[in-house]
Amino acid sequence: MGLLARACPARLAALLPDPPASEWLRKPEVGSVMVRGRTGAVGAPFNLGEMSVTRCSLQLADGRVGHAYVQGRDKDHATRAALVDALMQGAEAAQIDAAVLAPLAAEEAARRTARAARAAATKVEFFTMVRGED
Amino acid sequence: MYVAVKGGERAIEAAHDWLAEERRGNPEVPELSIAQIREQMALAVNRVMAEGSLYDPDLAALAIKQARGDLIEAVFLIRAYRTTLPRFGGSVPVETDKMALIRRISATFKDAPGGQVLGPTFDYTHRLLDFKLMAEGAASQAQTRDAAPEPAPHILQLLDRDGLMEPQPRHDSTPPDLTRAPLELPATRPLRLQALTRGDEGFVLSMAYSTQRGYGRTHAFVGELRIGTVAVEMDIPELGFAVEIGEVELTECETVNQFTGSKTEPPQFTRGYGLVFGQSERKAISMSLVDRALRWKELGEEDTGAPAQDEEFVLYHCDNIQATGFLEHIKLPHYVDFQSELELIRRLRAEAQATAAHQEAAE
Repeated sequence: MGLLARACPARLAALLPDPPASEWLRKPEVGSVMVRGRTGAVGAPFNLGEMSVTRCSLQLADGRVGHAYVQGRDKDHATRAALVDALMQGAEAAQIDAAVLAPLAAEEAARRTARAARAAATKVEFFTMVRGED
Repeated sequence: MYVAVKGGERAIEAAHDWLAEERRGNPEVPELSIAQIREQMALAVNRVMAEGSLYDPDLAALAIKQARGDLIEAVFLIRAYRTTLPRFGGSVPVETDKMALIRRISATFKDAPGGQVLGPTFDYTHRLLDFKLMAEGAASQAQTRDAAPEPAPHILQLLDRDGLMEPQPRHDSTPPDLTRAPLELPATRPLRLQALTRGDEGFVLSMAYSTQRGYGRTHAFVGELRIGTVAVEMDIPELGFAVEIGEVELTECETVNQFTGSKTEPPQFTRGYGLVFGQSERKAISMSLVDRALRWKELGEEDTGAPAQDEEFVLYHCDNIQATGFLEHIKLPHYVDFQSELELIRRLRAEAQATAAHQEAAE
């Protein structure tokens, strides 16, 4: 679900072009979640600020239920994420995994690796100057 | 005092139309897109998200465009929008030790585990205008280096392990929320941190600077400064467990401050903490200095009367939307207020003149 929540809405739409019919249990709704941090990184929680989130719940014709909470305000994104969640609970799981989740995971891993490689290039290699005292 | 005043509707409408035209500027110059602002004015977007207290880069970019680049006006737009959103809940506290780092430096330990990573920093630039940016040039390419991921634990936790650092007990109470209940004093440290992280960068910076110049000195070292993305998890009631609902970019600063000791406690270092949305390291460092200065009572320090030690002064004046709201309201019609002032001063002048004339006559 985290992968779907972080996915680019347009990319998810491209990977799941023909979503199956479903009925709403909860129509897509835009709201916020209060993001929390910890005092001194490890201590008591505090409220850092909110982020926008869209959620929905739906049911496929065969009764399978899917839920989604995705970052941002894209209702289509939340809908497709909930559909994938529902589809993953049946026979199509392997197929959906290969067609949707695996490409999303690979692309996300590539983006992360690219950023980590740029960060690694800025890692400082210290060297000590020889002091010329004697 | 305010009284209902009618009129001015047509003038207001014309002013708003003109504002829209001025916002667009010269139509021969291409219009800015939201994506351009989000990608190329990213640090302005970060500031609007931090002070607007809503992480949504597209909305922050829209607010900057609508506000013609006036960042406080943009923060105002985001705060107003935020109040229209239903709150789904609170996240599990983010785990900044698992941050996907793009920058991580320490001013206290050269050889910290995980190393020092400079990231896309302005530090070490010469602050000379780059006229190449005036000409449309090809995008420059960042260097890369393959590196196996290396754990980068919090540096202050290493000191903590050796008992040299003030302990930071972990617990999981629900924190107070100043967006839901009025800010009451004395404030707890979680409440102070919430106020500071959404506070005005300029105000928090000046307060922090004042502590460095001696007004409530706390001798801060930047123990660690890190920037990167963290996953946000929330307990989903429909599922009964926590799932990731997205990720946010954060800047975190931990300061190591002067040691204190007492009869019961051995000398140890103390902490200041800053955590801010986006890449906002000036704000994060400032926040941690002000956080530490405000802890004087809890740490048994002397009240030197410094502004940065005054919780009421800092917390009640750090919010730029409250400040600008009260400041700018004085330009709105105060005709009746002023009329009474005018009458009063005329009466006082008349009385003063009459007294003077009376004295002259007596002499």
